[in-house]
Amino acid sequence: MTTMTYEQAMEEFDPVFGIEVHVELNTKTKMFCGCANEFGAEPNTQVCPVCLGLPGAMPVTNEKAVESAIRLGLALGCSIRESSRFARKNYFYPDLAKDYQISQYDEPTCYEGSLDVVLDDGTVVEIGIERAHMEEDAGKNTHVGGSGGIQGADYSLVDYNRGGVPLVEIVTKPITGMGDRTAEVARAYVATIRDIVRALGISDGRMEQGSVRADVNLSLRPKAVAGESQDDVPFGKRSETKNVNSLRAIERAVHFEAARQATLLLGGQPVVQETRHWHEDTSSTTPGRSKEEAEDYRYFPEPDLLPVQPSREWVEELRSTIPEHPAKMRARLREEWGFSDLEMRDVVAADALVLIAATVQTGTSAQAARKWWMGELSRVANDREVALTSLPVTPDQIAELQGLIDEGKINDKLARQALEGVLAGEGSPTEVVASRGLEVVSDDSALEKAVDEALAAQPDVLAKIQDGKVQAAGAIVGAVMKATRGQADAGRVREIILQRAGVEG
Amino acid sequence: MSSLERSDVARLAALARIDMTDADLDRLSGQLAVIVDAVAKVAEVAGEDVPATSHPIPMANIHREDVVRPSLAQDDALAAAPEAEDGRFRVPQILGEEA
Repeated sequence: MTTMTYEQAMEEFDPVFGIEVHVELNTKTKMFCGCANEFGAEPNTQVCPVCLGLPGAMPVTNEKAVESAIRLGLALGCSIRESSRFARKNYFYPDLAKDYQISQYDEPTCYEGSLDVVLDDGTVVEIGIERAHMEEDAGKNTHVGGSGGIQGADYSLVDYNRGGVPLVEIVTKPITGMGDRTAEVARAYVATIRDIVRALGISDGRMEQGSVRADVNLSLRPKAVAGESQDDVPFGKRSETKNVNSLRAIERAVHFEAARQATLLLGGQPVVQETRHWHEDTSSTTPGRSKEEAEDYRYFPEPDLLPVQPSREWVEELRSTIPEHPAKMRARLREEWGFSDLEMRDVVAADALVLIAATVQTGTSAQAARKWWMGELSRVANDREVALTSLPVTPDQIAELQGLIDEGKINDKLARQALEGVLAGEGSPTEVVASRGLEVVSDDSALEKAVDEALAAQPDVLAKIQDGKVQAAGAIVGAVMKATRGQADAGRVREIILQRAGVEG
Repeated sequence: MSSLERSDVARLAALARIDMTDADLDRLSGQLAVIVDAVAKVAEVAGEDVPATSHPIPMANIHREDVVRPSLAQDDALAAAPEAEDGRFRVPQILGEEA
């Protein structure tokens, strides 16, 4: 059988895809109980009778989670159902102690939306949103023995800390007509969702920690023949690739599945409708359970919970809190700031957009703000292995620091020292400059004295400069900077040296 | 007429991971059919003016503030577990596929 590439698959077939994205909300507590929703605690220390499914325990909905779900729905252009309810999704797997997951089924809170996704070349694609519903996350299984995978494990250990953490699942409508841009659109869609949840402040959106997880459905159908509309060609059998958890992996999973299915179809073999597992190490998928058999969740309305009926006033109030579409905001800011595409991409990748915007808002130039956040601060964040946004420094403080430079009170080097003090919790830039005595020595007589001392220590330098070796002045500048602990204005020091040598600067 | 076939019961048993012999299925499909038919009578009684409902009392929006409350201590959480290891619940080998 000839193995097809993604490109060949896209030439031969018309791809149809859909994506389910799970967003873990950053509420303080779980969806239906008061246990902390926090990553990284000791196993089974954030559990209670509700999330352990102990008999008689009653779930109660977290209002903040409902609010976050509605805001996300509104940002996705969804209608908000006047009355929605929860349902039990029954399945046997020890990641949920109750043997069912509380989800939403026939009455999801958010439905029928659409989202503009902007591709790298500026093309805008509208993605239809089927629904966005609330549900609870499952616990974490660790398989012990065998190869460490689920197959052949001797037993499993379960930590329910994550069990019951609030999720919103966003389901697209089938996306058609993207042809060989399918992988790119899939990736851009998930990136947009991630940007939106961050802009809304409802999730940290960290795919590597599983805060945003995607399942990719893909099928291929024959291309329409002459005189036939592509819309009239029935969909092919689809596969659902689970837990594709990075943007790059989304693209690769689409590539792999399209090529795999095309290879089967052209070889005269059927595509089986099934769940497939994504393997990051090999960028490939392998079959999981077959869908037809396993997908009988016997949904029924959750009798322990009451309907969610958000008032229209509340919904409108929440609508007014929805931020600008991230891609559109980026395009606007790039224009306003005069950044290149590359600069802007780096800023976005470093998670510095909001920080720079806030710094610029206080009157700092965009280039200066970018220099701080993408330079020194990114380096510090990297050294400390924390997110840029978690550094103990505010955009206001960076604006203040830049202001001190602009006024000539400190130079770049002193500013870095002042920043070090700010990051160490010594106070505002102005306070650190005062307490550490960081102001630039601009008093000429003090500088002249330092220059003369340095020249006396290195008597051959003047002659060298007079010989035309102006770069020899560097040694004296260095000595003066050292003597003044970096607080001299290097340009002024240089001028004084050249004066002493009787050479024009 | 019963709305519940023997094959339905066999499928439910499989989904619920309950082993049933042929004799069990014969006996229980008859019994369960009686229950299902009894419940189905509700549909005959409820007129068009009675909306389907999942809750007996017309209430909605009973929410909780997003405030952390104490969780169980790990020992307490695991106290009733048949087996535990490393602060986790130990469960038998999972034969099915990942859910």
